[in-house]
Formats: sequence, structure tokens, C-alpha cells
Amino acid sequence: MNYGRKVLLARFALIVGAIALLELLCRTGVINPLTLLAPSAMAAAMVQVIASGQVTSDIIRTFSTVAIAFAASVVVGIAAGALLHAIPRLRRAMDPLLASYYAMPFFVFYPVLVAFFGLNAMPLIAIGFAAAMVAMLISTLNGLDRVPPVMLKVARMHRLGRLRTLFLVVVPAAAPSLMTGTKLALAYAFISIIAGEFILSGKGLGYQIAYAYNSFDNRTMYGLMLFVLLVVTVMNSLLHVWEQRLLRRRSRA
Amino acid sequence: MDALPLSEPGANLPAPTVHASLRGVTRIYPGSPPVHALGPIDLDLAKGEFFAVIGPSGCGKSTLLDVLAGLSAASDGQVTFEGKPVAGNVPEGVGVVFQEDASFPWLSVSDNVAFGLRRAGVDPAEIKRRVDYAVGFMGLRDFARAFPMQLSGGMRQRVCIARTLVMQPRLILLDEPFGALDQQTRLLMGDELLRLWRETQATVLLITHALDEAAMLSDRVGAMSARPGRFVDLVETGWPRDRDSTLVAEAGFGALTARLWSHLRAESIKAIGGGRA
Ligand SMILES: Nc1ncnc2c1ncn2[C@@H]1O[C@H](COP(=O)(O)OP(=O)(O)OP(=O)(O)O)[C@@H](O)[C@H]1O
Ligand SMILES: [Mg+2]
Repeated sequence: MNYGRKVLLARFALIVGAIALLELLCRTGVINPLTLLAPSAMAAAMVQVIASGQVTSDIIRTFSTVAIAFAASVVVGIAAGALLHAIPRLRRAMDPLLASYYAMPFFVFYPVLVAFFGLNAMPLIAIGFAAAMVAMLISTLNGLDRVPPVMLKVARMHRLGRLRTLFLVVVPAAAPSLMTGTKLALAYAFISIIAGEFILSGKGLGYQIAYAYNSFDNRTMYGLMLFVLLVVTVMNSLLHVWEQRLLRRRSRA
Repeated sequence: MDALPLSEPGANLPAPTVHASLRGVTRIYPGSPPVHALGPIDLDLAKGEFFAVIGPSGCGKSTLLDVLAGLSAASDGQVTFEGKPVAGNVPEGVGVVFQEDASFPWLSVSDNVAFGLRRAGVDPAEIKRRVDYAVGFMGLRDFARAFPMQLSGGMRQRVCIARTLVMQPRLILLDEPFGALDQQTRLLMGDELLRLWRETQATVLLITHALDEAAMLSDRVGAMSARPGRFVDLVETGWPRDRDSTLVAEAGFGALTARLWSHLRAESIKAIGGGRA
């Protein structure tokens, strides 16, 4: 058995062990079932809530909101990053803003956005976009900064035009950072949109969790939380596998 | 090969034609303060000539290569290749091997080597033939499917040499290509380079910090001054075209390297002293 397998197995054993321990603590009454549902009950609740179809429209709503915010932030983030990279003066002017960007609590603007767009998906898309886009932008800048100038000389030696230089040299050279940006953007979009739904919305998974919480419906609350957790984990794993495949043998740390 | 070992250099060749030339070329990097890195330089490279450049660190050797290749424009003066002006673009027929590692970490060794050929739309069977040959020539056959991060620095540099050579350039510019190699491998790679030079009849400009390499490989050595780099001496080595590293045992070899060293020593002291002043 090789090292990677062992690590994987150890990780798996750790998770299974933790779940089993939690199950035991809940079943023996050490943890009050009103505080925390046993994992098995949580899973059962999740299956039941999802299968009942009562949250299907919320699932669709949340995922489509995340998808739109994520896609927009990747496209705009890469474009804006490339623009700032190309115009050093603009970049210097923007630098303080970028450096302090994530110290800003976007959610304070949420009421303003709602007043502006109304109570539809737009304010949440805007929040998700605001949270995700700058991560993509900063990662793009990092990636472009790290393209070794000598590689651009190689492109010129082979007389590649701008477009072919971009796609055959710049993008592959910046790929590790672009990948990091993509992962961050997805996570930030998800977190901010669910949180936004939680605070001030009439639809979506975040809203349903908040609603269940306010009506002391522990089963629905934990079932939905588990669902969100599973979806995020699966999506991150997929991105991770994709990243590993793309960067397989080139990691220079 | 009918060249006699003792024949005069160029005796059995037609009158040399100028392949590439620099006229009053300078290069000043803009900035505050601007850095005058090179020149003014006048240089004619004869077609098929093997020209070596030595000079103290930071004297403008890589800058000279950039300007000659068309990778950066001269601040003043003219550069021509095969009679046409070179201005800001690399002409077809010029191949460069850079001082830094320029292998693409996302491509395997053979894909790295095939990079230029694929872009140039060469027939796939021909690409395979040329890549296989170049990979073997550079001693990388066992690593054709490896990725650069699995190779040593010297091996990566060989990948870059192969990537340039498969394009069959008529003017090859090499910037300290063997810098990362040990002495014995360096001499052997030098022999390979000589073999290649004879086979392809390309014009070669080799930048090196190794005096023995310059003295053994080239027809002519240009010794550069401290920055801004100019040629303080151009020395004809007089070696036959059919030569190899056993030259180091020749009687003239010691005198040649001694002459080069006297220049390099003086200029290096200036370069270092200038930095201290
Ligand atoms: N892009 C640049 N901008 C400003 N100055 C530069 C730039 N590139 C090189 N220089 C300066 O020009 C001078 C010559 O540099 P160059 O790289 O040509 O030297 P070199 O002879 O190749 O040195 P080495 O032997 O260390 O490779 C140096 O003083 C260097 O600091
Ligand atoms: Mg240099």
C-alpha cells in the first residue's frame, strides 16, 4: 500500500470514528437530542426532507443563485485581474482597496441592495459576486505575476501571436493560481449566499434552515444543514480532483 | 569531410558572407536612473561562424542576445539578419536558448521539444521524427515522457536546447546553456554542440562564463568590457572546423585562454570595483 492510500484510509477512519463517537454520545444521552441530533437521525431527516419535495424549489433557487454569482465572478474576476495586470498604474491605485477588501462586512450593504433590487435573487447574486469576484481577481493577479518573463520570450521566439501566447503559455503558466481562485470563489459565493438567505430572504436553503430554527424544527434544520455540508464537500472534492488531474506532475511547490 | 586538420581557418571556404550584424548598437533600459547596459557595438557574424562571447557578470551579454534576436529593440543603431533589419520581432530562422530555465512545467519533455514545431504546423510524422532525434541527441531518451520537475537543472536546460534545435534555426543564440552542468559534462556537451554546428552549418553565438569553453568551441571570441558592454578584443582562434574537446591539450590553447583571461580579469575588477565605489 502506498503512502497516498494510507493517508486516504487514515482520513476516512478519522471521519468514521468521529461520526461513530457522536452517535454514541447522542444515543447514551450525554448530548441532549434537543441540542444535537444523532448523525443517523440527521441523515434520516435529510433524506426525508429532500424526498418530501417541500424544499426542492429552495434547493434550485440557492444553487442557481450560487451558479450565477460564481460564473459571473470567475469571468469578471479574470478579466479585471488581466486588466489591472496590464495597467500597472491602475493596479497601484487599486492596491489599498484590494488589500483591505475582505475586511469589509459586505452584509451591511444587504438592506441597501434589497431596497435597490427588491426582494428577489438579485441582491443575493450581488452579495455572492462581491464576495467571490475579488478572490478570483487577486488570484488572477498572482498567477499573472508568476508567469516567468523568459517563457514569454520563448513565445516570441516561436513567433506566437497575442492570442496563442495567452492560451498556450500565459494561461497554463498561471493555471495553479487560477485554480486556487476558482475554488475560493465557489466557497465564498456559497457561504455568502446561504448566509444572506439566512438573514433576509423568503426563499432558499439558508432561509429554510433559519425558518426551521425559529420554529424549533430540529429535524428539518439538521437535515438541511447536513445536506448543505455534503453538497459543499462533494463540489470541493470534484474541484480538487480536477485540479490534481490538471496539475498532476508539475507542482513546483 | 575533406577539411585538413592543419588547414588555415576558412581556407577551403568561400569568402565569408555576413549573416547577422550590429551597427552602433546600444541598449539603455529606461527607468530612473536609466541603465546603459550595452554598446555602442559593431559586430559582423559570418555565415556559419561559431562566435563566443565572454565578459564579466552584468556587462550586458544577455542584453546583446536579446537585441540580436529581436526580443528587445536597440536604443540606437541597426541590427540586421540575412540582410533584413531586425526590429522588435524575432525573425524566422533565429533560435534562442535562454540563460534561465524556460522549460514549460505543464508539458512532458517530448511535448516541450515539439512545442515550436506544432505551432509551425509541421506534419506530425515529421514532428515525431525530429523530436525523437533531438531528444536522443540531448541524452534525454529515457525521460521523453517525464515532466520538467522530475529533471535536474542541467537536464531541463537540455530540453530547452532541444526545443530550439528542432526548429532548425540558421542562427542559434545560446546564453550560458551549460551553466548548470559539471565540468566534464560541459565539455562533452560542447563536443555535441560542435558536431551539431558542423552538421547544420548554422551560425552560432555562444555566451559563456567559461574561458576554456569559449576558447575550445569557437572560431572567434569576443571579450566584453564591464557595463556598458563593448568588445575590448576579438580573437581568432584559428582552429580547424573539425575539432573537439581534445583541443585543450593543444599548444596554442593555453596562450589563447591566457589572453582572454587577462581581459576578463581586468574588466571583472572594474565591474566589481565599480559596484563598490
Ligand atoms: N529589464 C531590465 N531593466 C533594467 N535593467 C536591466 C534589465 N535587464 C538587465 N538590466 C541591467 O543591464 C545590465 C546588463 O544585464 P545583462 O543581463 O545583459 O548582463 P549579463 O552580462 O547577461 O550578466 P550575467 O553574466 O550575470 O548573465 C545589468 O546591469 C542589469 O542590471
Ligand atoms: Mg546574462
